[in-house]
Amino acid sequence: MAQLKGWREIPIGGMILEAGNAVNYLTGGWRAFRPVRGEAECIHCFQCWLFCPDSSIMVDAENEKMVGFDLEHCKGCGLCAAVCPVNDKVRRKAEEELPRDDPRLCIRMVIEGQQE
Amino acid sequence: MSKFEALTGDQAVATAMRQINPDVVAAYPITPQTETVEFFAEYVADGLVDTEFITVESEHSAMSACVGASAAGARVMTATSANGLALMWEIVYIAASLRCPIVMSLVNRALSGPINIHCDHSDVMGMRDAGWIILFSENGQEAYDNTLQAVRIAEHPDLLLPVAVCQDGFITSHSMERVEVYDDAEVKKFIGTYQPRWPLLDVAHPKTFGPLDFYDYYYEHKRQQVEAMEHAERVILGVAEEFNRKFHRNYGLFEPYRLEDAEVAVVVTNSTAGTARGVVDSLRAQGLKVGLLKPRVFRPFPARALTDALRHLKAVAVMDRSISFGAMNNAGPLFLETAAALALNGVHLPIADYVFGLGGRDIRPSEIERVYRDLLRVAETGQVEQMVTYLSVRE
Repeated sequence: MAQLKGWREIPIGGMILEAGNAVNYLTGGWRAFRPVRGEAECIHCFQCWLFCPDSSIMVDAENEKMVGFDLEHCKGCGLCAAVCPVNDKVRRKAEEELPRDDPRLCIRMVIEGQQE
Repeated sequence: MSKFEALTGDQAVATAMRQINPDVVAAYPITPQTETVEFFAEYVADGLVDTEFITVESEHSAMSACVGASAAGARVMTATSANGLALMWEIVYIAASLRCPIVMSLVNRALSGPINIHCDHSDVMGMRDAGWIILFSENGQEAYDNTLQAVRIAEHPDLLLPVAVCQDGFITSHSMERVEVYDDAEVKKFIGTYQPRWPLLDVAHPKTFGPLDFYDYYYEHKRQQVEAMEHAERVILGVAEEFNRKFHRNYGLFEPYRLEDAEVAVVVTNSTAGTARGVVDSLRAQGLKVGLLKPRVFRPFPARALTDALRHLKAVAVMDRSISFGAMNNAGPLFLETAAALALNGVHLPIADYVFGLGGRDIRPSEIERVYRDLLRVAETGQVEQMVTYLSVRE
């Protein structure tokens, strides 16, 4: 995080006068669960990118690929895993309740700090 | 040309609002403020103002709409009383914190319960720590004048704070009095055009209002609010000076009456100050050296100026139209602050509190005279026998 400023140096009332500066505020430390890629192949549908409330799905726009997670900002809400259509498909095929960190999924949620 | 009209206090404020012609008014009717909103709604319907009048479903929404509109860059006003103010509560603090220069007419009414619609100051005293500037008005004229000045105070670039203009419910709000209404064009010139510094609707310069503010910056934003309050006294006096010059009035932080050579004095605000003035005159006619101090600005509390105005006295009584339950001796807030101001500025004189008029209970000249008679006795002995007295409550 940037050097903290004094009260004379910042806009009044908590106003943020610069657009898009949320990128400077690192929220990765808030995470209890971390998204990781599983075995199921990503179809690059961008549903996770579309739904991620923290713009933390990294994409290769030129080649239209989902390439990973921005873990400096991802708060671990798990919305990406919840909306992933490949995860749905894996769950339906499995015909059993899968834990959210099941290795067969496309996007798995593992407990932060634990082995993937 | 200004003209004299017969107006109720509510109507006087509505008239000020018509002349101010705010961009947005969001208000919900509540007794005894209702007339203000009714009259203003007529002005909107009759095309006398260009205001976007938002008829909200509750006061919480009224203040929320005010904050949104103010952030957008609009000049915004609202009006409420007691329980309506209580329903606004959350957003009352947010309005000050987000530095929205909203002007609110607050017609003082007892904050229930049991349910009561008549005057006391329990509503406004609840918002004393919310970060608003608070002005008191003795009568319709002052409510009108204070409302006009409030716009300039709120929007001053060193402040950008919301302002509440108080008047006594029913006693002032529903009594018809002679009010000098200034020329529309002159008022318009005095008010000026609002130039919002950071309007949200300036899409060329995108910005965020009211983001999450944690332990890393919240405290700094509170410190900024303190700074604005530090400037408020100077700004209020500056606006008053200009107003007084233009409209031939005499506003300051408070109004002393026959105080200079007085030996004892009462501190009382809003409509009761008018009654007390009459008592002062009748006691003066008997040769008694009594005076009066009527606070106009309650937030920021003008501690130093108040101390200087009272320091020569032999005894002081503060009359409170509300109780701070559980505070020292169950006194009223005006007493507690006045006593603290005197003591901490090194003025040690006997001071007593007289709570009165709760829930609209009448306060008579004879009761105020009793306060002065008590004070004259205290001045002789130097001893306050009872720190807090509940005037005219039945045993």
